Amino acid sequence: MMEICIYGRGGQGGVTLAELVAHAAIREGKYAQSMPSFGPERRGAPVLAFLRVNETERIKIRTEIAEPDVLVVLDPGLLHVGDVVSRLKKEGIAVINTKKSPEEMKSDLEGVTKIAVVDAMSIAREILGLPIVNTTMIGALLKAVGLVKLESLEEPMQERFGKVAAKNIDAMRRAYEETVVR
Amino acid sequence: MRKGKIVGLEGSFAVAEAVRMAKVDVISAFPITPQTHIVERLAEMVADGELDAEFICVESEHTAMSACVGASAAGARVFTCTAGPGLEYMYNMMTIPSSMRLPVVMVIANRALSAPLSVWCDHSDMMTIRDVGWIQMIAENNQEAFDLTVCAYRIAEDKEVLFPAIVHIDGFYLSHVIEGVVLPDEEEVAHFIPDYEHPFVLDPEKPVSMGCYGPPFIYPEAKKAQEFDFEKTKPKIKEIWKEFGETFGRYYAPVEKYKMEGASIALLTMGSIGETAMLAVDEMREEGRDAGLLRLRLWRPFPFKEFRDAVKDLELLVVLDRAISFGMGGPVCSEVKSALYDKRKELSIVGFIGGLGGRDIPIDGFKEMVNLALERVKMVERGEEMEPEMIGVREWGR
Repeated sequence: MMEICIYGRGGQGGVTLAELVAHAAIREGKYAQSMPSFGPERRGAPVLAFLRVNETERIKIRTEIAEPDVLVVLDPGLLHVGDVVSRLKKEGIAVINTKKSPEEMKSDLEGVTKIAVVDAMSIAREILGLPIVNTTMIGALLKAVGLVKLESLEEPMQERFGKVAAKNIDAMRRAYEETVVR
Repeated sequence: MRKGKIVGLEGSFAVAEAVRMAKVDVISAFPITPQTHIVERLAEMVADGELDAEFICVESEHTAMSACVGASAAGARVFTCTAGPGLEYMYNMMTIPSSMRLPVVMVIANRALSAPLSVWCDHSDMMTIRDVGWIQMIAENNQEAFDLTVCAYRIAEDKEVLFPAIVHIDGFYLSHVIEGVVLPDEEEVAHFIPDYEHPFVLDPEKPVSMGCYGPPFIYPEAKKAQEFDFEKTKPKIKEIWKEFGETFGRYYAPVEKYKMEGASIALLTMGSIGETAMLAVDEMREEGRDAGLLRLRLWRPFPFKEFRDAVKDLELLVVLDRAISFGMGGPVCSEVKSALYDKRKELSIVGFIGGLGGRDIPIDGFKEMVNLALERVKMVERGEEMEPEMIGVREWGR
């Protein structure tokens, strides 16, 4: 089972990111569970979402994820607010929206050995015309850990976003191309 | 056997799908906090023509239940849902459909009660309506939220039942979590819940009186009849769950057992935490401890016989309450003790209170409970006092 924590700010769509990937995994016949960190979320405030994907077995555990295999960070500013990376598993990977290189990011984050970076903000601004990076970061997540096929996200995005789905799919694919994994 | 297609659904939407497939006539709900996505989705379905029902958007939960009572008395199939403080505001009307034998179906996304203000999950709301005369069942996952809502209509409307029914789904842990749910064929659900005809509808052509005045010369008889019939619903509930299993491939029982073969110790849970407890039992079994798990599925009417049968070979029962009765401990633990008092005085029962207001209980939490319970059994043997304990709580000096 892969356990993923998504750190973002209210309005960036972290919860939606978890939900879309869960939908995609379920469509592929896998078991998935998306769970917001329950609370009264506010625009701009740190928001945490959880995602579990299991290829073969139904997911029984329903607690918050204590030691994730993967961290997805939608806003790099959050890396310096509270404790974001310390509970990442030793062999885990941090997927970060940043303009920095993987090497720079690694030296910023003590103890993180695997990292994936992408300038999701620039991609989202260019393709969507909005600073909302959730769908872009799905591309980065899939590049970093596989998890589900890119195509499997198309239907869930279509259902979720309607006529703006195509742009979100483009942003995801573009991020998939541009993500650097080290 | 698995019929139907798997769809990713949050618990709230799974319930909404069940209500849609049940082809309800009237939905009445207060749409604002502490409401769930259940009515949001149902309102969408009604507006988009996916569900041909009357959506009565009321100004309070009190009125939501009042409207359900009226609509049900007129012969409509009805639905409402609420949570936490909303349920408390509805309380005033809760005894009406159960006493008037109206098969209202409701889903409650269980939440803590203020103060301090909390929107998170526990069973405080559930416990306050323990005695209002509704059939009450509890889901552990989104599939069960769907299945039990379908069953609730069939059970409530059965001519030998005619009592309102509640399906409890843990707030957030189910209501807001997306996971795979097998959605059966709509035709099959429609066949399982045939059209409902209430035997005594409000009809100007054939006037009847409902909810009459009950002076002392008749009130106790009315209550005795209500309790007599309520107790009789148990075999019917089991029969309908069996038929559901035969039709859809998923079987439900008043007390669900997990790894109880040869168990001398068992945990008892209610609701979504049961699945995490299963993982704790798996670990304890691997570590050589003969532990099992019981989950209460049917809360009212209380399944005395099934429960006694389930614990008959146990030496220790560890009860987790997700609510507190101040000055008394855990309400489920109290009930379990009273259910066993006449029959199994030698069984050690240790209760814990945990998971209040959305506090997680990890797998290790359940293992710790079993260890603490074993210590407490020794305390009792030494004649020491045993107070109910809250687990997973920070304390000064520890």
